[in-house]
Formats: sequence, C-alpha cells, structure tokens
Amino acid sequence: MNSLYQSYIRTEALPSLFCPGCGNGIIQMAAIRAIDGLGVRENLACVSGIGCSSWIPCYLNLDVMHTIHGRALAFATGLKMAQPDKKVMVFTGDGDCLAIGGNHFLHACARNIDLTVVMVNNYIYGMTGGQKSPATPMDAVTKTSPYGATDYPIDGCQLALTMGATYVARWTTAHPVQLEKAIWEGLENKGFSYIEVLSQCPVQGGKNLYGEKEPAAILKKYREMAKEGEITLGRFAQNNQRKEYLERVEQCLATQGWEES
Amino acid sequence: MSNIVYNDIIHLTKESKLIELHPFEILDERKQSMDFINLAEEKEEIPRKEPVKMVLQGNEACAKGAIHAGCRFFAGYPITPSTEIIELLAKEMQQVGGAFIQMEDEIASACAIIGARWGGKKAMTATSGPGFTLMQEALGYGVVTETPIVIVNIQRGGPSTGQPTMSSQHDIYQARYGSHGDYQIIVLAPSSVQEMYDFTRKAFVLSERYRTPVILLGDEVVGHMREKIVIEDTQVDENPLKPLSAGSPTTDFFQGGNSLVEGQLHDEEGHRIGHLPQKSGEFLNKLDEKILRNIDEITHINTYFMEDAEVAIVAYGSVARPALNAIKMARGVKDDRISTKFKIVKDVITKGVPQTLQTDYSHLKVGLIKINTVWPFPEEALKRLTEKVDLILVPEMNVGKYCREIQRVVRKVKVVSMPKSGGELPSPRELLDRIISEVGVKPEVREDE
Amino acid sequence: MAQITIDKSCCKGCDICYAVCPKKIFVRSKNRNHYGTNMPDVREPMECTYCGMCQRMCPDGAIQVTREEEPVNEN
Repeated sequence: MNSLYQSYIRTEALPSLFCPGCGNGIIQMAAIRAIDGLGVRENLACVSGIGCSSWIPCYLNLDVMHTIHGRALAFATGLKMAQPDKKVMVFTGDGDCLAIGGNHFLHACARNIDLTVVMVNNYIYGMTGGQKSPATPMDAVTKTSPYGATDYPIDGCQLALTMGATYVARWTTAHPVQLEKAIWEGLENKGFSYIEVLSQCPVQGGKNLYGEKEPAAILKKYREMAKEGEITLGRFAQNNQRKEYLERVEQCLATQGWEES
Repeated sequence: MSNIVYNDIIHLTKESKLIELHPFEILDERKQSMDFINLAEEKEEIPRKEPVKMVLQGNEACAKGAIHAGCRFFAGYPITPSTEIIELLAKEMQQVGGAFIQMEDEIASACAIIGARWGGKKAMTATSGPGFTLMQEALGYGVVTETPIVIVNIQRGGPSTGQPTMSSQHDIYQARYGSHGDYQIIVLAPSSVQEMYDFTRKAFVLSERYRTPVILLGDEVVGHMREKIVIEDTQVDENPLKPLSAGSPTTDFFQGGNSLVEGQLHDEEGHRIGHLPQKSGEFLNKLDEKILRNIDEITHINTYFMEDAEVAIVAYGSVARPALNAIKMARGVKDDRISTKFKIVKDVITKGVPQTLQTDYSHLKVGLIKINTVWPFPEEALKRLTEKVDLILVPEMNVGKYCREIQRVVRKVKVVSMPKSGGELPSPRELLDRIISEVGVKPEVREDE
Repeated sequence: MAQITIDKSCCKGCDICYAVCPKKIFVRSKNRNHYGTNMPDVREPMECTYCGMCQRMCPDGAIQVTREEEPVNEN
C-alpha cells in the first residue's frame, strides 16, 4: 500500500468502512499529507462526530475522539482548552455540522477558538441510508424528500464567514492539491478554520443527487461545475484581525494581574 | 471494608448537658475552638494542611470542593438553583490556573468537560433538572468511553420548567437511568453544606478510581443554605487508588498513547465491536461489574440511633435533615441551640420546630439510615441494617421513587412510602406523626392544642 | 522508471485511478482484489510523470509510486 498512508493508518482496522469511490478516502489522504508536511503529528489530536466523514480520523494512528452526533465542536473546545498548545482537528459532515450541530458551529465560529474543521459536504446523510441534509439542493429526491427537497440549502461557508471564522475555504475531492493546501493553511491559522470539502457519496447520493453514479464521473462533474461557476471554490477568508479565543482570555486575565498557566 | 458510619450517641439522655450537635457532625472538641475565616477576605487559595472553619453556601462549598479536589476545568451554563457554582468558578477556576468557559448550552457543557478530561484536566459541570436532561446523551458517552467526570445536579421541581426556585428529589431515578442503554452510575446525595464540600471531593476520587461519570445529586435546599463547615485540608490526594477499567483506552491525549476514544461499544484499541453480539455482551457486563463488584468500597451510609431501633427512617439528601431532627425529638436529644433562641416567640413558631423538653414521641425507638451513595443501590447494606427493624419509613420530596427500590429489596419488613410533592421539606413532626399512625399508637394531647 | 504497485488488500475497485491519471497508465484487468471487484493493472510504467495524482486520489491508499534511480552516466 501507499507508504505515507501506511505510516499514518491503523492498518489493523482495514478495510475501511468507506464504500468504493467514497470521497472520504481522498480527504483522508489530503489531511495526512498536510499533517505530515507541517510535521505536527505528535502535537495533534482529532475529534469527530457521527457520520461517514466522522470515521476519517478513526483510521489515523493519532489521539482520536469519535463523539456523538453534532457535538464534535463542543468536545474539541474542551480538549483545546485543556491543552492550548496542541492542535485539534475536527472532522464533521453536512448533517453533523449544519443540522444537529448548528448551534455549536455558530458559537465556535463566533468564539474564534483555534480549531481546524474539515466539513465533508456530500449533500446527503450517507451513513443512515440517504436522507436529506440541510445542504441538499432544492428539488433533489432523497429518502426523506421523495417529492423533491423543498428547502433552500444552507451554505456552511457563508455561515462561517458571517459568524467570524478567520479561515474559510471550500474545495472538492476533485481538487486534492488545493484541498491539502487549504488544510495546511487552516492548521497554521491561529483561529477558527473552516474547510468545506464537496464530496461524493456514490451509493446513497448517486444519480438522484449528483446526476452521475460513477465516482469518477461525479469528480469530473465537480471540476466542470467549478469551471462554469456553478459552485464557488477557493479561500474566502484569511483574517488575522480577529484575535483567537484563548489569546483573548489570556490577555484579559493578564491585564488584571492573573497569569494563565 | 465497611463504609457504614455508626453515629449512635446513645449515652445522651434528657438530663445531659448542652452539646452543640450540628446535624451529621461527628463530635470533635478540636473543631469547637477554631477561629472563623471570613471567606470574603480570602484573596488566594493557599494549600493548607491545617483544618479551617468557614461559613459557606452549599453551592459555594461544592465549587470549593471541586477546586480542592484538583478540578481544573469547568464548562457550564447558568440555571437556577445551581448558578452560584458557575459564578464562583468563573472567578476562582482561572485564579488557580484552571480554565473556565460558559458554553452555549448544557449539551455543549457536558461534552466540553469530557473533551477536557481527555486533555488531562479534571473537569466538572453543574446544572439543574432541565439541563441535566439535556446532558444525558453526553453522560452515556462518558460512561461507555469510561471518562472520569463530575456532573452536579442541584434538583428543582419538575417536570420541564417546573419549580425553578423550589427544591425536590424528582430526579433520583433520572440520575440512575437518565441516558439510554444499560449502564451503572455512581450518585452521591449530600444533606448539608459540609457534605456538599466533602461529597464533591469524593465524587472526583470515585470518578477517577472507577473511570466513570459521577453525579452529585444535590437540591435547592442544600444548594442555597448557609452553614458552618470544616475543611480538613485543601491538598489533593497524592496517592489515589489505581483506576479500574472495563477495557477502554485509558491514556490521556498527547501522551503518545494514540488513544481512540469511541462511543460505539469497543475493544482495548477503541475499535468498534458493536456488530459482534458476544463481544458486545461481554463489554457491557464488564462495564457493569466494574462498579457492582466494588459496591462495598463505594457504598457510604450514615446511621443514627440504629442500634436499638425498632423503626427506621431511610432518607437521603436534604430530607435527611428533618429526619434527623425527628430522631432527636423522639430520643430526647436536648438541642438548646434552637429552643433557647425561640423561647420567647414560641407562639409564633410554626409547626416543625423541635421542642425537645418533653416530646410526645419519647416512647418511639426510631433510628435514621442516611444513604449518601444513593446509586449503586446498597442492597446488602440496607438488608443488614434493617434486619431487626419492624417498620421502615421512606420520606422523599417526590412521588415515592427511591422507596420502590427499598421495597424491592427489604422483604421482611413493612416499608412505608412518605412522598411529598410541592417543594416543602417534610417536618420532623410530620414524620413522627406518620410513624405513630403506622405503629398504631395514639399521640398524647399536646399542651399547645 | 516508476515502480507502480497496487495493493489488492486495499483496492476496492472504485475506478477513480483510470480517470485521474493524465497518462492513462491504469487499465482494466481481470485481476480481483480482496474486496471482490476488479482491480487495475499498470499498462506502461515508463510513461509515468510522477504527478502523484493517483496516490492523492486513491481513496484507499492502495497505490504506491516509487521513483527508481536512473543509472548515473559517468562520462
């Protein structure tokens, strides 16, 4: 197997539960490359929620916390506060982050706490069999929108920007080089970094959702949509003006004579 | 090892001298002579080895207990009647080098403390009924991942918004069975400010030893009352007992352990086994046995006047206070501290103030079994303690929940439930009158009627 | 020359590698992987440009591309 992959993966847990062609494996590789490139392996821990994307870090040979649906950001906040000098990475999905985890997402952005969040957006609830998510496009037919979705989809990047995240980017699994770079920059950013990755769930999404069934075809579609401007990709914010949460707390205590330890 | 403390003070009779008998305090002359420390003047927590005496509110004592137990992370959300805990720790946690955060809701608070504990910092949160309900999922996660945390529930009247400022014991079953799934849990029920302090410290010790969340089940009465307490020492225990585990990873993060903390049923590596029935069953059994096998070490019960008791009151939490006063009334324990003060205004005093000079209940041989570790349910201990008793009365500020456990276990003795809803503590007279009506002896006519 | 290996215990036969290789080095074959599907074969390793896309894009980390040293010309 790939040597870098082998050095980071708990090989005894393979084969992974990802379906053939699932985008999660591509994102996992991009994350491994970013972590390895930055050299932060010993000082990094991962936290994830529930869903297929939340299994990404479970295969990594690091300290990993696989928590409950929607609450990864809350666990990660506690972990970061207990070990402020370490890096904490969060893997979440469109349902985990925008539906049940919406409130924690808003507050983590507003707090601007130093976390690096990779939100895997496959526009569907894959793990549970293909139900609609808050990101599912209007009119899409899913298991819980058999007549076509009637909701305006929620844009996680716009939310993150509005709430004050200091690094916001969106790429797709068809852009692995840019994705790796974005994760790298997110890890380096001292503040809340939100990287949304448009991904594919060929089994549950498939033709109904992406218009294509084959993983390679979905990837091609993403590249075309990006070129046509149907989806906006790129780095939307890299803002060093807003102070990070723990920095603010430390400063606040220091000015009143208390030293943070 | 027996954790049953026998507080029988049988040598006291009506003729004996005034003794300042604080509820639940073991007599110790040394404590009588110390100076008070005014909490407001204390700027810094200096770890002390000598005992200090101070006047504190129950919630404040709980917060102090947490700090002295080594808690260095608190995440919470304000809710009456637990708010004083978060407020005190907002100030003091950061002063001792810990971290404090007010999260966006109780769910996030419960999650954050689990995250912090894996980051190596002892962690606690405090809430009341509505918040406790929200925390159940995270509590289950703490149980299955074997994370040591402390959750404080200062009970108020429920259900739902219920009675925000009134006490209750409604959540006794929720503390045990609130989360979905099969699990054991340790729950402590303090009855005084001293116990709010002591039991909080104990909760941390138990949570680390058994690698489990521990619930401190207080209530509004104990949370908001002010009493004098003695703090023996403010040092964290340097030699804790070895932690027990059912097989989950135990290494904190960033120690090179590459721990995989997993909410699904898992093996020692953290890999999921939920799809394997036999392994899953074994793991669940191990989780249960971790606590049940050690029930003797965990159980903590105080008894008062049980040596020759024919009637036992089994109580927990703040209800144990009027229960003890009832015992004192019946046994003729002189309590001039109360009666001398109120001598002049005797007519104005409402029912419930113990009049200890000549009680109508002196013929009753009553004792109190005060259960401090309400869960795991101390089956064997209760059976033993009630062997020679003819009647058990179980007063509770709920519809009679814990009584069902006692009835289930104690078969040879008549167990009478005494529920009280609405938020008022039962008075000592109410308890004694009920005993008399059960026992079948009419009370003598009282002078004031 | 590149040494390109595909691990049959990892490959799930998702067919992404065929599409992402700019030199079309991967071809369909009748070989089976442990997942039970058909896995690719390497057509012509000489044409590999070491772009690394197959390594990045294989979701299961099955592909390893190693650059083999060219013999040094001493002249």
